[in-house]
Amino acid sequence: MTSSLSSRRAPLANPVEQLATLDASMTGRASFDETLRGAGWNALTPATLEIFQINLGKLCNMTCRHCHVDAGPDRSDAMMTRETVDACLRALDQTSAHTVDITGGAPELHPEFRYLVDEAHKRGKHVIDRCNLSVLLLPRNAGLAEWLGDRGVEIVASLPHYRQRNTDAQRGDGAFEKSIAALRLLNAAGYGQGDPRRMLSLMTNPAGAFLAAPQSSIEKEWRTALKRDFGITFDRLLALNNMPISRFLEWLIESNNLDSYMSRLVDSFNPAAITGVMCRNTISISWDGRLFDCDFNQMLDLDAAPASAMTIETFDFSAWQDRNVVTRAHCFGCTAGAGSSCGGATA
Amino acid sequence: MSDHYYAPDHLKAFGTISEGAPELGKKFFEYYSAVFAAGALTEREKALIALAVAHTVQCPYCIDAYTTECLQKGSDVEQMTEAVHVACAIRGGASLVHGMQMKEHAAKVGM
Repeated sequence: MTSSLSSRRAPLANPVEQLATLDASMTGRASFDETLRGAGWNALTPATLEIFQINLGKLCNMTCRHCHVDAGPDRSDAMMTRETVDACLRALDQTSAHTVDITGGAPELHPEFRYLVDEAHKRGKHVIDRCNLSVLLLPRNAGLAEWLGDRGVEIVASLPHYRQRNTDAQRGDGAFEKSIAALRLLNAAGYGQGDPRRMLSLMTNPAGAFLAAPQSSIEKEWRTALKRDFGITFDRLLALNNMPISRFLEWLIESNNLDSYMSRLVDSFNPAAITGVMCRNTISISWDGRLFDCDFNQMLDLDAAPASAMTIETFDFSAWQDRNVVTRAHCFGCTAGAGSSCGGATA
Repeated sequence: MSDHYYAPDHLKAFGTISEGAPELGKKFFEYYSAVFAAGALTEREKALIALAVAHTVQCPYCIDAYTTECLQKGSDVEQMTEAVHVACAIRGGASLVHGMQMKEHAAKVGM
């Protein structure tokens, strides 16, 4: 188990330091923008806005080694206020986005979580809860799975692997056992059994410096193994690459894997993955109401291009759509291999 | 030229082996890609077989390459270790089963 970069006052807690490290790792390699141009994209432009991804804050009951948010139990310093939640809802009402994707930290720990879910549900939106699973076992969250199911909320649950070793290596000792207990609890609440109102999606990401497995090729094996070993069912499997930022970046440096990992991402650039990357159909809103192209840019303080004068309070839909996505070296993480976004593979 | 055997950079440069015999290189690498594409076996299963064989032929390039490949295809270290034990068992068993020849010959020449 680690602790947050922030609590350790580690230099990498500063996004400027992370960007400088990433830029240095790209020496001698074509930049992401140059690579995009080589694939026929002069810039990454927005597609139809479909997803409001709201990051409620950095508070989490876990401290995973790969966390791109630098979340943890000590991060109650960064929590969205009710006023900002309401501003998100007013902005949402300006758009025809069909999905509200709630993330953190562990969003279920946030005092406004249920309010936001209820308000998005009332508006007829598809609501996603990005869940670390173990949070569902906390006494304060007793009955939460049923409550979410009553509102048709999709659970996107993090589970690195269907076996213990890789899961605990990334998320801490005991994480796998808690995950299995939480998945059983979700199954008991009707999740993961083909009901579109109780969708249970599992999100796997690699426990190391390699790319995510192609989700379509491993889903059947996951389904068989989780059913056989634990009696657990789920609806779909999503695979996500790790972004070379925050605590995963720290691990890459400490394990002397940064150079080879960046080579892997750059060498695995897949032009077919570009169209579906999340930054094109998503608005990412931080706990303090700033606007970003994606949750990763958010953690690097790379504000969205029109956002210098725009926050969620002053959101203007047409100005939002009239922008180019801000890109840096970490973007190779979303275009490597089968592609990678909050919805899984993109190619 | 490196001053030791098995330089890690050789793996990255493997494709340049075609320079001496381009047609044969092209055929080999096309065949190689086709072998590892999903078919009756999945890509993950083929990567595990390759990992086991890599240990049998004791190729450090292949061990590195197929360790990463197995992980990227969704296997974990426990599964990969079992694959290596399969290679080990066959290799050890192959030695041991030759003991049958030893037994027969000893029986023939002995009293």
